[in-house]
Amino acid sequence: MMNEKETAPNQDFTELAPVLEKYASVPGSLITILQQAQEIYGYLSMDAIDYISERTGIMPAKIYGVATFYAQFRLKPVGKYLLMLCKGTACHVNGSDSVEEALSEYLGIKDGETTEDGLFTLNNVACLGCCSLAPVMMVKTTEGEETFGNLTKDSVKKIIDDYRAQNA
Amino acid sequence: MRVVVGQGSCGIATGAKKTSDAFKNAIEEKKLNVILDKTGCIGTCYLEPIVDVYGDDGKLQTRYVKCTTDKVGEIVEQHLIGGTPVEKYAIAAADEEFLDKQKRIVLRNCGQINPERLEDYLGIGGYDAAKKVITTMTPDEVIEEIKISGLRGRGGAGFPTWFKWNAIKNNQGDHKYMVCNADEGDPGAFMDRSVLEGDPHSVLEGMIIGGYAAGADEGIIYCRAEYPLAIARLEIAMAQAREQGYLGKNLFGTSFSFDIRIKAGAGAFVCGEETALIASLEGERGMPRLKPPFPAQKGYWKRPTNINNVETYANVAWIINNGGQAFADRGADKSKGSKVFALAGKIRKGGLAEIPMGMTLRDVIYGIGGGIKNDKDFKAVQMGGPSGGCIPKSLIDTPITYEDIVKTGAIVGSGGMIVMDEGTCMVDMARFFLDFTKKESCGKCNYCRIGTMRMLEILERITNGEGRDGDIELLEELCNKIKDGAMCGLGQTAPNPVLTTLKYFRHEYEDHIYNHRCTAKSCKALISYSINDNCKGCTLCARNCPVEAITGAVKQKHTIDTSKCVKCGKCYDNCHFGAVEIQ
Repeated sequence: MMNEKETAPNQDFTELAPVLEKYASVPGSLITILQQAQEIYGYLSMDAIDYISERTGIMPAKIYGVATFYAQFRLKPVGKYLLMLCKGTACHVNGSDSVEEALSEYLGIKDGETTEDGLFTLNNVACLGCCSLAPVMMVKTTEGEETFGNLTKDSVKKIIDDYRAQNA
Repeated sequence: MRVVVGQGSCGIATGAKKTSDAFKNAIEEKKLNVILDKTGCIGTCYLEPIVDVYGDDGKLQTRYVKCTTDKVGEIVEQHLIGGTPVEKYAIAAADEEFLDKQKRIVLRNCGQINPERLEDYLGIGGYDAAKKVITTMTPDEVIEEIKISGLRGRGGAGFPTWFKWNAIKNNQGDHKYMVCNADEGDPGAFMDRSVLEGDPHSVLEGMIIGGYAAGADEGIIYCRAEYPLAIARLEIAMAQAREQGYLGKNLFGTSFSFDIRIKAGAGAFVCGEETALIASLEGERGMPRLKPPFPAQKGYWKRPTNINNVETYANVAWIINNGGQAFADRGADKSKGSKVFALAGKIRKGGLAEIPMGMTLRDVIYGIGGGIKNDKDFKAVQMGGPSGGCIPKSLIDTPITYEDIVKTGAIVGSGGMIVMDEGTCMVDMARFFLDFTKKESCGKCNYCRIGTMRMLEILERITNGEGRDGDIELLEELCNKIKDGAMCGLGQTAPNPVLTTLKYFRHEYEDHIYNHRCTAKSCKALISYSINDNCKGCTLCARNCPVEAITGAVKQKHTIDTSKCVKCGKCYDNCHFGAVEIQ
């Protein structure tokens, strides 16, 4: 597993260096380091894991273990818009499955996949805590996040259309 | 005049920021002498965005609901300039009941103050309790006051708070930690998010008081990363508190020092378990370990550590200010005070309701929540999330106390209340929760890791119409084995959704397995579509069918070829005449 590199070997880690400067010797900081690395690069490449290992002295296998344990971490790049579709209880009761179906069909991707144009990644998440507005989806970009509630099969398509129009 | 726009996550999701911007533009353009402000979650999520207009005397004049940008112009002209409220957009009397029937302690300031301004919190007695405790009370006196209040852990287990504080106080250590569990992982609960977004200082104050009682010098808030607004507001609040000397060295001129930091969780339900949370704080995989030693003995970095939930801490300052007895006077015999519940699902008025313990489920669902959406029949309410269970209609008069809810097979849990109607399949609900626990199982012990997997397989088989004779009995056996064999709370309670649905809705399981029927008409494999005589031959269904399973001439009744049908439901969604039926 560890040999299957996801990216070219020469990823630039200048942005990550100061994070490690700050946390490398602080015990218990691995999750924080991984969160910041993901914030910078959008995901955790195997190279990033190797780099963090070199700087912290933590074995790559252990870093990989932590990264795969938590739902937040991704080992593959994501699209410009990360669609976090809530699959919590209230959303489930109010039809999030049919919303997911509509989204999947419209975008041609399944949970965890990214569209070919690199715009959208679909990610099912446990609960966004906006249960009264179920079904809910949070769209995350590098600029911030936007939340949409009371979704229907049609309204999600419109949301996608609006984002597509912004990138036309 | 002051215009306050509710901007919790729910409000923002319905467009509160846009509403606020529209007011801002109008106020600037017309050069009005109006202050624009924001507040946290008011709790009536179904009415968002909510805008309150206060007069110069500081009194609330009008609460506007569902206040989208298109209503702003009229409110500015008629109310802010003309002085006459726009009654048609104001909250209805029936909706005011949602708030009137509640008794708020935890949510006392949510929707009242600007959570990003310390003066607002100080203006209503903020940090008075911390000052009183640190300058005039001994740790034992604080613990005694909490004991009198009867406060129990609001995160789910309902363990007496004073007992935990006393345990850590009595354990020696060079450093002790006060941890706030803000990793609200239970899908369907959002009270912690609302408190953190709407009144972050009350949580900090509760932690300071707890820290003093326990002899701790550091507080850590373990907050889930899915709540970016909560983390942002907490950071603002902590910086303000530090600047004013409510956090840091020598608080209120005494020798007591206490500071708080945030650690963002990374998404793992099992981290609600104390020892798993501590492992996660230490940067490890969030896997629980055997107890004892308890965290109060050996917790974070093997030092005495106390963990309470957000809502528990949010009660503390109120208890100190009003006395433990005032808290105990609310609520029932062994379940004192009030508790916040998150009403969601098929409920008419979804939102946050803080009620005295002992109120019945009926009072909450019908009295506050306004009953079921679209006048459908109430079927069950799910309490306690993946560790809880489904309480059926026949038990709707059950009082909400820790003890009475446990008797039904569910738990009070963190306070999620998901209401279900006749269209919710109970076998599918059980499958939903097992899918969740299977994914969230940390994998450390076999019973949980493999047991939940096997249970999910059986439930999937049943909802796919492939249930076998003996499946129900096999499920029961697995439930009991996992309950006994799993190491931590996640595994031990994982069978609860199955056990309660088997207890109250066994006939639905039997219907799925033996009659290949889903009474709720929700399991795709067990339903079929047909067209009745209401059909006008408009052809809309046929045009929307992705597999050309519908045939019929214009203005003639159409038919569905069930051998081609993929049960996507598009014909049902598109029919304007109620002609498509589900069997």
